[in-house]
Amino acid sequence: MTRYLLKRLGGAVLVLLVLSVAIYALFYLAPGDPARLACGDRCSTQQVEQVRRQLGLDESVYAQYAHFLQGIVTGRDYSTGTAVLHCDAPCLGFSYQTDQQVTALILDRLPATVSLAVGAMVIWLAVGVGTGLLSALRRGGITERALTLLTLAGTGTPVFILGLLLLMVVCAYLQWLPFPTYVPLTEDPEQWAWNMLLPWLTLGFFESAKYARLTRSSTLETLAEDHIRTFRAYGVGERAVVGRHALRGAVPPVIALSALDFGTVMGGAVITESLFNIPGIGKTLIDGVREIDLPVVVGVVLVIGAAVVLANVVADLLYAAADRRVVLH
Amino acid sequence: MSTVPDLPASGAKAGAATVVPAAASDARQAWRRLRRRPSAVISTSVLGLLVVLAVAAPLLAAAEGQDANTYHDALVDSARGGVPIGSFGGVSGDHWLGVEPGTGRDLFVRLLYGARVSLLVAVGATVVQVLIGIAVGLAAGLGNRLLDTVLSRFTDVMVALPMLVLAIALTAVVSADFPRPLLLILVIGLLNWGATSRIVRAQTLTLKQLDFVAAARLAGSGRWRVARRELLPSLAAPVITYAAILLPINMVIEASLSFLGVGVKPPTPSWGQMLSSAQTWFRADPMYVLLPAGMLFVTVLAFTALGDAVRAALDPREAVRLRVGTRASSRGRTARTARAAASEAAAAADLRKDTSS
Repeated sequence: MTRYLLKRLGGAVLVLLVLSVAIYALFYLAPGDPARLACGDRCSTQQVEQVRRQLGLDESVYAQYAHFLQGIVTGRDYSTGTAVLHCDAPCLGFSYQTDQQVTALILDRLPATVSLAVGAMVIWLAVGVGTGLLSALRRGGITERALTLLTLAGTGTPVFILGLLLLMVVCAYLQWLPFPTYVPLTEDPEQWAWNMLLPWLTLGFFESAKYARLTRSSTLETLAEDHIRTFRAYGVGERAVVGRHALRGAVPPVIALSALDFGTVMGGAVITESLFNIPGIGKTLIDGVREIDLPVVVGVVLVIGAAVVLANVVADLLYAAADRRVVLH
Repeated sequence: MSTVPDLPASGAKAGAATVVPAAASDARQAWRRLRRRPSAVISTSVLGLLVVLAVAAPLLAAAEGQDANTYHDALVDSARGGVPIGSFGGVSGDHWLGVEPGTGRDLFVRLLYGARVSLLVAVGATVVQVLIGIAVGLAAGLGNRLLDTVLSRFTDVMVALPMLVLAIALTAVVSADFPRPLLLILVIGLLNWGATSRIVRAQTLTLKQLDFVAAARLAGSGRWRVARRELLPSLAAPVITYAAILLPINMVIEASLSFLGVGVKPPTPSWGQMLSSAQTWFRADPMYVLLPAGMLFVTVLAFTALGDAVRAALDPREAVRLRVGTRASSRGRTARTARAAASEAAAAADLRKDTSS
């Protein structure tokens, strides 16, 4: 077990290193002069050169990358000539636009993303698993056909279509809710929930189609196994067969996929966040891209990568924990 | 992910389970099965119509007498912020589907040209993904152990990377002069070939052991010739299946990137971009939201349904079921139908695990 975990975590670190090299290469190849971008439009050539030295952009690309990695592990100091600007570990540099530390910026945006991820997961588990079970148990009926069609339509549809329609109907026409603006939970829990309701529904419904399909197929698979036939032959009631035994087979894949998706959403549901103007990780990324704020883009991509890669490991562990037939190796 | 052997969401396993060398008669049977599915017929008709519309866009624009980029200031009410004059977003004999709010550009022509971009990027990216997937998968499956390990690790890394996020970052750093549709094809294609490559590798490893490949080897065929003459035809079924599943995914990624403002750049029309600008016109001009949303929804749904039908038609278990003539009864929970359902979900889950949220 420990060996397996070490192996997986080693693999995760490797993926992140590759990601960091790729994203750093991009950063280096990007058009435009980073020193000029960091300094702003009104800087003189002399000031730009000074900024270039301060940020270490005059070094070779290898040295820059080494310093970047070093900054993540131990933190680093930027000398401004007269003073020293310290950036704590894990240091991801400073934003060109706001001069804020990227690490601080990301931590600042994290609560909004967590709010979105948790609420959406509750919905996709409830709706997705519920629909999947219903369609598995009502095989051959009109219910199953309707649900199959619905999940097929839901699987492919882009999340922003659902979000736009919800906004249009609920906010613009029926005016049941005002257009959402993010209110932190710590400020006003009630307003937080009302404003998060549409984003939760959008992301939750979007993801639930996938869960409905997965639950349906794994329930059917379990119901087809020999031990279920044996239970039935012994006269175990249908309710117990489904509730106690079939569900046991349906749950592990759902748990594993949930962990994966939670990781992805934690890494920023970029589209949902920008559609509903939620100041989370994903919105930070897209804003960073629009403003060519390269340190922010690099930092956020690394953090998102870490979330996704860790979620992969957690998903496999949870799967093994939920289904003891699985051997980790 | 592939380190857990039983995880149903593992693409390699789903692929390994579908190994049956396809003969010509199999292809014909699969075709027959495909034609018998109403969902396949309907979705193909919808997509066929769309392709015709997209190809004929310049002709249709000429028939309407409009083009994609002319501003018609007289058709929007500047006093009300640029809402189109007339009902349903300014529908008239001159503008069949009305005009764009704010600019007065013809919506019918812009939607058609948007279809061109969507189809072009989706198909182009899928071709890139399939070509890379086959090349890497075959090389890993046929090469020596070192090559296999290196390529498989590389594929694992590619699959683990957050695709949409990297695509956003990539589109940001490439110079603005680079043609955007081509950039999108390359970005999507180069980032998302991992699943295809895994399938091809798994298939190759299994096929390599089979008699007909050994026979070709004994007859003196070289490695390259075996790959081309013996393996590629047998790989067609799984690769086509995955390509059909990838198409709608790629289309959604293009629309998402354009929606986020990092995809196709104005003035080139794109559905995602229209939906992004439609956000300010919910109340004043609902048609401007509903038309591109409807086009995108129907197209993606048709592609998804077709992908589903293709997968089912090319699934050898389905073939067995038909040949023996035992249609699983509606309540018959046979292991076979259950397993088919599981492989369906596995394929869906594996490919959709990080689609655009």
